[in-house]
Amino acid sequence: MNTQAVGKALRTAPPTAWFGMIVILAYIAVAFLAPVIAPYGEREVVGQQYLPWSAEHILGTDKLGRDMFTRLIYGARNTVGIAFLTTLLAFLLGSILGLLAATTGGKLDQLLSRAVDVIMAIPALILALLLLTIVGTSITNMILVIALIDSTRVFRLARAVAMNIVVMDYIEAARLRGEGMRHLILREILPNAAAPLVAEFGLRFCFVFLSISALSFLGLGIQPPTADWGSMVRENATLITFGEITPLLPAGAIALLTVGVNFVVDWMLHRASGLKE
Amino acid sequence: MSEQSLLLEIKDLHIEGRADETWQPIVKGVDLTLHRGEVMGLIGESGAGKSTIGLAAMGFTRDGCRISGGSIEFDGINLRKASEAKRRGLRGKRIAYVAQSAAASFNPAHKLIDQYCEAPLSHHVMSREEAEKDAVELYRRMRLPNPEEIGFRYPHQVSGGQLQRAMTAMAMACRPDLIIFDEPTTALDVTTQIEVLAAIRDIVEQFHTAAIYITHDLAVVAQMADRIKVLLKGDEVEEADTRTMLATPKEDYTKSLWAVRSHERKEQPLAGPGETPVVSLRNIDAAYGKAPVLFDVSFDIHARRTVAVVGESGSGKSTAARVITGLLPPSSGEVLFDGQALPTGYQARSKDQLRQAQMIYQMADTALNPMQKIREIIGRPVAFYLGLSGKALEERTRELLNLIELEPDDFIDRLPSELSGGQKQRIGIARALAAEPRFIICDEVTSALDQLVAEGILKLLDRLQSEFDLAYMFITHDLATVRAIADEVVVMKEGKVVEQGRKSEMFQPPHHPYTELLLSSVPEMDPDWLDRLLAERAAAGTEPA
Repeated sequence: MNTQAVGKALRTAPPTAWFGMIVILAYIAVAFLAPVIAPYGEREVVGQQYLPWSAEHILGTDKLGRDMFTRLIYGARNTVGIAFLTTLLAFLLGSILGLLAATTGGKLDQLLSRAVDVIMAIPALILALLLLTIVGTSITNMILVIALIDSTRVFRLARAVAMNIVVMDYIEAARLRGEGMRHLILREILPNAAAPLVAEFGLRFCFVFLSISALSFLGLGIQPPTADWGSMVRENATLITFGEITPLLPAGAIALLTVGVNFVVDWMLHRASGLKE
Repeated sequence: MSEQSLLLEIKDLHIEGRADETWQPIVKGVDLTLHRGEVMGLIGESGAGKSTIGLAAMGFTRDGCRISGGSIEFDGINLRKASEAKRRGLRGKRIAYVAQSAAASFNPAHKLIDQYCEAPLSHHVMSREEAEKDAVELYRRMRLPNPEEIGFRYPHQVSGGQLQRAMTAMAMACRPDLIIFDEPTTALDVTTQIEVLAAIRDIVEQFHTAAIYITHDLAVVAQMADRIKVLLKGDEVEEADTRTMLATPKEDYTKSLWAVRSHERKEQPLAGPGETPVVSLRNIDAAYGKAPVLFDVSFDIHARRTVAVVGESGSGKSTAARVITGLLPPSSGEVLFDGQALPTGYQARSKDQLRQAQMIYQMADTALNPMQKIREIIGRPVAFYLGLSGKALEERTRELLNLIELEPDDFIDRLPSELSGGQKQRIGIARALAAEPRFIICDEVTSALDQLVAEGILKLLDRLQSEFDLAYMFITHDLATVRAIADEVVVMKEGKVVEQGRKSEMFQPPHHPYTELLLSSVPEMDPDWLDRLLAERAAAGTEPA
């Protein structure tokens, strides 16, 4: 798409899409500018534990006396950054294999598809917990495990989309020209499969994000003292019993981003499917 | 006809379609009057607004379209002002619609007779038993085989021609006053077309139903319609009764439509006995899985010659092309190129072997990658086979665009979606030429195009052939195209070659009986042609095909 088309698309975007885009941009800005915005250090103990909201500590402090607001901001950097990296990895793996399976067909397709079926047969969170227990808990391992599990979903989508493309005459023409697999996949098929894949990227990002938070909440994800929204909810969960909403703020941050991303994805899917309002 | 009562009156109809956020006119003020029992032929190229007018006669517009002006009055009811519920009450009961593709219009999950009964039941015209009895009666009148049983089959269990007749029977279920036929025989083979045309005409006459018959085929409309209206880009060109229109068209555009089938190339002499054919099929047998499709097919194609391969759908003509390109390795026999046997699968062929044989597809829409610009579509084979890049590549691409008569500056950076059907097909030709081949397979390249556009494509192919000494294999089911372009003709039926020879011999008797059937089934402009043909066939004791 050229700049003109992008401009036109933006001008005609519905308010929900604009809301989503603003939320996403705000999160990205916060993630990049974390050290500038945050009043204290990420792991710095700045006062008593569980301090109430005050001018000094806008959102109070957590169970170790660290500034909640600061940790919330650093949490954006860690959680969003890791989720993005994981999604990217899942996409590279899933879409390349999916397109390859659809283009090649035959035994390779069978092999890959059945392997994916096997992985998908096990509930994602349980499989993630299982694998993390085997390979050990670390950020790298977590990224790899979640990327592997989520790549199976991407694989299915990429394969299904490509299946409809490989039967087109222009693919036959390219094959008869003697084009290699690389050209077929990258130049002929991928541009036509891009729209649904990009939309899926947004959606998948939300799922990955939630998986990371869930794993962190269970203690197998991002490890303390690194700030992360999932573990922040768990660490301060006791406060909920006292009617405090502070521990729910990280959860709210997760929810807001998820909603924002979904608004944008809905809009992109709508455009990709060629529907007019 | 004027003494009969008025059924449909459309006045100054304007319809707009939404494109790029603005409303563009599709129909620009068309009048149409239809009396009871009258058949009106609407004719024009694609984009003329024929189908849009046909649907508007039911008070219906497609999504993204709106009626912006004029009036539609059906038997005293103003369809523009009537409520949706009232209009729905008319549709299926008093106005029926027969679509181009019966295969796509039937629900594949229900039996034919269930779908037949739907309209009479929902309009409370008949009980289920009555409707079923009626269906059998109408199936019989449409001359469907086994009328008692055919209704209990699913759509995929009957042939295309039978399906189209079942669809017409279904439209007749409530004995409507008006039926709209939207290109009902366009997707059918000529031999099948005849029976459908005859059946439609009979049943419309028997029930004294009025009809709007939409088509782009002049010869077909000449058989079916009492009056013909010619449309061009949403405007009426002229209207007259069929015989007047055929004999003395007034407007230049109509005359050009009538004259369209005039292109005929001079037949090349047969190649000398010592000349090696460019492509030669030797005793080819081929099968899809276990189902055999080709039986002992042999023919030669020489340089500077066009061999037309003719036959109905399922006759194996496209399969023969797949064998030549290596997409379907034959189970026995061989394909020779310049006297050398080609490896059977395309994967085993060398880059140069692949380069020499190119293909042009029927549907330019699916043959061009919608996400690539013309520059890349045409440039890729140039870069791939000839190794050109940078400035040389750009120059060659422009040269190719000039060859196919498209202005390079204007077209090189467009996407396929920004081209018309004929322009897309020209790009398909340029892509084949880019490889500098010696042999090109043209698979029904003009069948999806309007006649004027198709004529331009045929002339272009003709010119390129003499310029580059190309050999063409031209797959088609349209004998008018054969007449226009072929030197030699191969007639195929059920996977076998039934007759082959020079074009001049093929169009002269004596014919093989199947060739005779094909030739006689091509509609002619003469309005009496169908009657005469049916009478002849009845006299000869052959059932109408």
